[in-house]
Formats: sequence, C-alpha cells, structure tokens
Amino acid sequence: MHIPTQESRGHISPTKTYIYVGIALLVLTVITVAVSYIDFGQMAINVTIALIIATIKATLVLLYFMHLKYENKLIWSFGIFYPLVLFIIMIGMIVIDVFFRVVPK
Amino acid sequence: MAHAVAHEHNHNKSYLEVGRSIWGWLTTTDHKKIGIMYLFTIMIYFAVGGISALLVRLELIAPGKTFFSPDTYNVLFTLHGAIMTFLFIVPGIPATLGNFLLPLMIGAKDVAFPRINLASYYVYLIGSLIALVTLLSPADTGWTFYAPYSMKTNGLVIWLTFGAFIMGFASIMTGFNFIVTVHRMRAPGLGWSNLPLFVWALYATAIIQLLATPVVGMNLLLLIFERVLDIGIFNPAKGGDPILFEQFFWFYSHPVVYIMILPAFGVVSEILPVFSRRPIFGYKAIAYSSLAIALVSFLVWGHHLFVSGMSDWARYIFSFLTFFVAVPTAIKIFNWLATLWRGSLEITATPMYYVLGFLFMFTIAGLTGLHLAVLSTDVYLHDTYFVVAHFHYTMQGGTVFALIAGLHYWFPKITGRMYNKKVAFWGWLVLFVGFNATFLPQFLLGLEGMPRRYFDYLPHFQTWHLVSTIGSWFNGLGYIIVLTNLLVSAFTGEKAEANPYNALSLEWQTSSPPPETNFITTPQFPESIYDYGTEGKEETTKTKKAI
Amino acid sequence: MSVLSVKEFEKIKHPVHEELAGYEGAKFGMWLFLATELLLFGVLFAAFAIFHAKYPVEFKLAHMSLDRVMGSINTVILITSSLTVALAIDAIQRGKRNRSIWFLIATILLASGFLVVKYFEYTAKFEHNIFPGNAQQVVIDHHTHQYGPVPSQWEGKQVDKNGVNLFFSFYFVMTGIHGLHVLIGMIVLTWVLVGMIQGKYTHWYYTPVENAGLYWHLVDLIWIYLFPLFYLIQ
Repeated sequence: MHIPTQESRGHISPTKTYIYVGIALLVLTVITVAVSYIDFGQMAINVTIALIIATIKATLVLLYFMHLKYENKLIWSFGIFYPLVLFIIMIGMIVIDVFFRVVPK
Repeated sequence: MAHAVAHEHNHNKSYLEVGRSIWGWLTTTDHKKIGIMYLFTIMIYFAVGGISALLVRLELIAPGKTFFSPDTYNVLFTLHGAIMTFLFIVPGIPATLGNFLLPLMIGAKDVAFPRINLASYYVYLIGSLIALVTLLSPADTGWTFYAPYSMKTNGLVIWLTFGAFIMGFASIMTGFNFIVTVHRMRAPGLGWSNLPLFVWALYATAIIQLLATPVVGMNLLLLIFERVLDIGIFNPAKGGDPILFEQFFWFYSHPVVYIMILPAFGVVSEILPVFSRRPIFGYKAIAYSSLAIALVSFLVWGHHLFVSGMSDWARYIFSFLTFFVAVPTAIKIFNWLATLWRGSLEITATPMYYVLGFLFMFTIAGLTGLHLAVLSTDVYLHDTYFVVAHFHYTMQGGTVFALIAGLHYWFPKITGRMYNKKVAFWGWLVLFVGFNATFLPQFLLGLEGMPRRYFDYLPHFQTWHLVSTIGSWFNGLGYIIVLTNLLVSAFTGEKAEANPYNALSLEWQTSSPPPETNFITTPQFPESIYDYGTEGKEETTKTKKAI
Repeated sequence: MSVLSVKEFEKIKHPVHEELAGYEGAKFGMWLFLATELLLFGVLFAAFAIFHAKYPVEFKLAHMSLDRVMGSINTVILITSSLTVALAIDAIQRGKRNRSIWFLIATILLASGFLVVKYFEYTAKFEHNIFPGNAQQVVIDHHTHQYGPVPSQWEGKQVDKNGVNLFFSFYFVMTGIHGLHVLIGMIVLTWVLVGMIQGKYTHWYYTPVENAGLYWHLVDLIWIYLFPLFYLIQ
C-alpha cells in the first residue's frame, strides 16, 4: 500500500549549476543597470527592455534555483500558469476600463 | 468480500471519545473536530448576522424613521453583510462539512496538512475577533467598503477590513490544504472519475479560494493605507481612481460567491441520488461543470461595476462573459432533474425535502441572475431590491439551505445520533415559507424601483416591505427551530447506525461516529459510488427503514 | 480486504505529519502558497502599471529621487542570497550539514543587509520630506541629486503633483510590503537554521529547508521586477 513517506526525493542539480546561474544573474543585473543609462527616446522602449531582462532573470531563478525545470505539470499549472493567466485577465480588463472611458467634456 | 462495517463493540473509540477535554479539542489536529469547532463558531456568527438582519427588516416595516436613526441603519446593514459574508458563509460549507467529510470520502485518515488545518481555524477566529472590534464604533460603509466613502467615514473601518484580511489567510490555508489532499491522499485505487461529487465541488472551491483571496487581501490593505497614510490610490482628489478599488474588490468578490455555492451544489449531488435511489445523471458533466464554474467565475467580475463609471467596452465584454457562467450551473440543474426522473423518491426524508426546496429556490436565483447579466436591464435594476433578492436566493436559498441539508444528512455520521424528524419538518416548513415570504416580494420591490440600503422609502412600497418583514420573523423562527433541534439531538438523539440510508460513498463504511483515524480497515470501493437502484441488488434499491 | 498489521496500525494511530502529504505534497503545497503571493503582489504591479501609464512624466521625474546605487546594491545582495540559500539546500541534499549551516547563516546576514540598506533609503526620503501620501519634494536635477519642491513643469511638460505623490505612495507600499516579506523570510530561514543545527535535517529529509528556500527565491523574484520598475525606468 502506498503511503507517502517522509523521504525528500527531489532532483539534485550539480552544485556548479547554482554558481553559473548566480553569475549569470549578476551579469544580467550589471547589463540592466548599464542599459538604463542609455536614453532610447521613448520611455516605453526602456520599460520594455528592462522588463525583458527582468523576465530573463526571473526565468533563471524559477527554472534553476526553484527547480521548476524538474517539476511536474501540477506545479507548473498552479504555480505559474494559473496565476499568470489571472494576472493578465485582471490587468487586461482594468486597462480596458481605465483607458477607454469616455469622459464628457 | 466482507464490507468494512464497524461493529457495536469495536475496539476503537469514536473520535468524540478521545481527547475529550477542552484542551484536547483546542489542540486537536483531527479534521473532524476542527470541522465541528468551525461549525460552532460560524453558527454563532450566523446568529449575530441574523439578528442584524432582523433589525434591518424591522426598521423597514414602515416608511420613515421607525426605530433607528439613518446612521444606525447603515451600520446595521454593514454588520449584517460583513458578518454573514466574511464570518459565516465564506468558511461556510468547506470549513465545516468539507473538513469533516473530505478525508472520509477519499478513504484518508486526515487532510494533507492537519496542523495547518488547526492553524486555519485560529487564524479565522482571531481575524473574526479583530473584525468585531468594529462593534465599538461600527463601520457604515456596507460590506463592500467602496472608496472614497470608506476612506473618510468615521467608525472602525480598519479593524473590520483588517479582520477580513486575516480571515482571508484562513481561507487560503483551507484552499491549498484541500487541493493537496485531493491530489495526494486518495486511497489506492480511488481515481478522479470515482470521486464523490462533493469532493469535486470542494476541489473546485479550493482553487477559487486559493487564487481569488489574495487579490481582495491586498485591496483591503490598500484601503487601510488610504485611511492611515492617505496614499491617494483610490482618492480622486489626489489623482487616484475609486473605481480601481471596485475592480480589485469584485475580482475576488465575484469568485467568492462561487466559493459559497459550489460546495452547496456538491451537497445536493450527494443527497439527491441516495433519496431517489437512482444513479446521479451525468456524473462527468456535473464534475467538470464545477471546474468550469471555477474558471468562468474569474472572468465576470465587472458585472458588479456596470453603473460605476467603467468604460463601455469593459461593460460589453463583462456582460457577454457573464452569460457563460450560467451554463455550467444550468447543466447541473438539468442533471439533477434527470436524476429525480423515475426515481423512488423518499420525499419525507429531511435531507431530501431540503434539497427539493433548494432546486426551486436556486432556479429562481439563477434565472434572476440573468436579468442582472444583461447590461441594459442591470442599469435599471442595479442597487435595487431585485439584486438583494437575487443574492439572498443564492446565498440563503442556496448555500444555507444546502448547509442545513448536509447537516441533517450527515448528522448521524457526525454525532452518532438521529435528529427529531418531526421537529425537523416543521422547522423546515416555517423556514421555507418564511424565507420565500421575505425575499420573493423583494423582486417586485426592486422592479418597481425600490433602492437597496435605503433607510426610508416612498409609501407605495410599504405593502411588500411589510410582507417581507413579517416573513423575516418566520425566517428567523425557522432557524431557531431547526438549529435547536440539531443541537439538542446531538446530545440526546436516538443512536444511529453506521449507514442509516444504505448509501454507497466511503464515509458510510465506517462507524457513526467514526474512529479518530477514520477507518479501522481499508475501505472497500464500490464500482460506482452512485450505483443506486440497480436491479437485483437489494442493497442499492432501498434506503433503510430508518427513513 | 486487507486488515492492517499491528505495526501499520500503530503508525497511523499517531500520524507523522510528513507521512500524510509526503515530500511531493509538501512541495506542492508550498508552490500553491507561492501562487497566492504572486497574485498578492500582482495587484500592486497592476495598479502601478495603470498609474505609470496615467502619469508618465511624473513617474519619470519622481524616480530620479531613488538612489540607483542603493537599489543595485540591494539587487546584488538579494541575488547572492538566493544563491547562498540554493547552495544551503544543495549542501544538505548531499549530507553536508555544516556547509548548509554556513550558507543559511550567509543568507540571513545578506537579508539583514538588505533591510539595513532599505533603512537608509527610507530615512533619506523622510529627511527630504518625502512620506507615503505626502511627498513634498523631489530630486530636480539628476546630475547633482539636489532636492527641491515639486516643479509645475519638467522637460517641457506639465507636472501634476498628484502623480509624483502617487509614485512615492507606490514606492513605499510596494517596497515596504516586499521588505516585510524579507523579514518573514529571515524568520523562516532562522527557524530552519535552528532545526539544521539541532540535526533535524539530513540528506534524506530536508523538505522544510527546500520549502523555505522556495519562499526566499520568491522574495528575490519580486525584487527582480521591483528594482527596474522603480529605480531604472528612464
């Protein structure tokens, strides 16, 4: 009979992986700070670049530090997918509200 | 071959006979005891919320000032709404019947995280006490706390909202506890397609609890910061947007109504086949419709903002999406009706007439929801008594009646005794007539334009208000009779057997009441737990004489 | 029908909590909780985005008042602390308890460093009369970092004082709530450290260590987005 046991049975990454990811994160931090000094004209471009770099960093933290790369579908769904979808719906509809109101003059 | 039937003189004491001291109860990690602690607590709050409702209706018995000042009236409906929503109905069925039954129904010895389960009760309790500090100088904002009024009004708004914030954590804890329990603790061989529909319902509810609650938590926190620090996010005078408060508020508060009703649907799905002696019609449809409701419930919150000043495009989209949320519920109703069709109905069984009443009342609830989904009619009906009637039909006619049905149905399992059936019937009759007399006229009041949360009204509204107030007295009396019956019978009722209704789900295979670890021997799974009324199988065609 | 042996029965009479959900269940539960944190902060990020779009000039002006150097230091601190906690878990997975203890201590020290920097940042704001809900000044020259009253015009565009105020409200609320999570994380990590010292965790049981690590990584994740949005948007 299967009784869940006490044993922790996670995937064990090589120690070096963490060091490499840590270094990558620090390098990306340097890049994102350096890029912020460049004026691309439109703020939207700066924002986009900053968010892209942030997302790369976040992805590294999620996949390697948090082991998401080796986790099952349930954790991907509940931990990432559902919150992300709900966040998009929430901010999406609020944007459709706030920026499409017709204010009488 | 043998069933795992508990004998009269089994070696194991029931869960009620272990840890009998107060300390034993307060430190228990037994899901059954935790469920009972939740039950007693929410029922006390139900009484408090109910009294405030009676006082609200009392004021409205005649136009103009009858007993209370307008400010007191505002406080009364705020307390009624806030207490009923946050302290009673959100924990509601999941924290009580859900806690008690979920592990039993899946053949487990407890939930996944029993200590977190106990912690959730204390978090809820502390949150509720913090919230009730508001009684010292009560908030008058309505339970919806709309900015900017809630930012400025005197009264202990912060205590109430912070209490709600804390109670939200209890809801989240129950949410992830149940999700992990259903995924990880089903007894070997029990697949998803053989799970009781109550379990499906609790699972879908837990998902909503988990994902929706954080949003209102942060929203209430921001409101507190507005009051304390004047941050300006919802304050039009400081460049903020009060509608933003409503957006975040309803992002949770729409899904929360499905937290309230999905478990109720689950209770109905359990009771109906037993007392129709027919398999549930469309098991998969009902199971998946619970998940569908959970999903769609997150897409429709804007229908509470149709007249707030939200943009037209948002209003069209939300109205369109709101139509879809009715579909999975309608599927359930049709499946339940099909279950009843050609069944051997035991309509004198207490759980059964509660459930039949539920079908009637929830159909009214659902259909009147459609009036409100249609943007053009909602503009007219918003903030009228039509809305008040609609949501009382869903919450009281739906959730509360289902909770009471479930308390009666599982009463022998929980207490090991039977309630007094005659008193139960008369209590139900008073309650059913009283509830409908209170709220049916309110649809008419709403259609005629009577606004909600109004202390005063034009004289031509008085007839229906009078009927509604008198109805509220019977509504209240009904609860007194019903709940007193249950309370007294818990201590003095006739001893019940393990499976008085000849039901097939796993909780009936252990003793009434169950032992602390739920099952002494591994429970046997029937091929289908809804396999009632099968020709040639004596044990599935009849409920026992006990009915 | 299987009757449980006496030994099995004794085991379930006093269920050990890990045996209920198991390692996978506990981890799944932790991820479910992390999902709630994502949505909790999601509200703040959504609101921030809305007001950023509504007051682009004011937000751009106000963000100059934030010290990019301090923000960068804090980012480096948190990233390093994420690395150290990951190495702490890696160590105990390999049975290296002492190494794990040192890495946990390092993580906690780095976390306190973060809060110290935050303390200096906040006091600098208060000194210049910038409070949540009441921002009286901004940095008007990003070369000299001089503070002055909120101008009515900047870079050729009108400035709405409300927009500046809202930026700082978001700054204090979002970094404040994030800081609270740093504090909570420190408490959780300290609790794990104590357990580690007591010998509770081994190479075959380290579930709470890993789950505490997951929480800490979340704190880092949130800062990864907070940092550019507040400190770097030009």
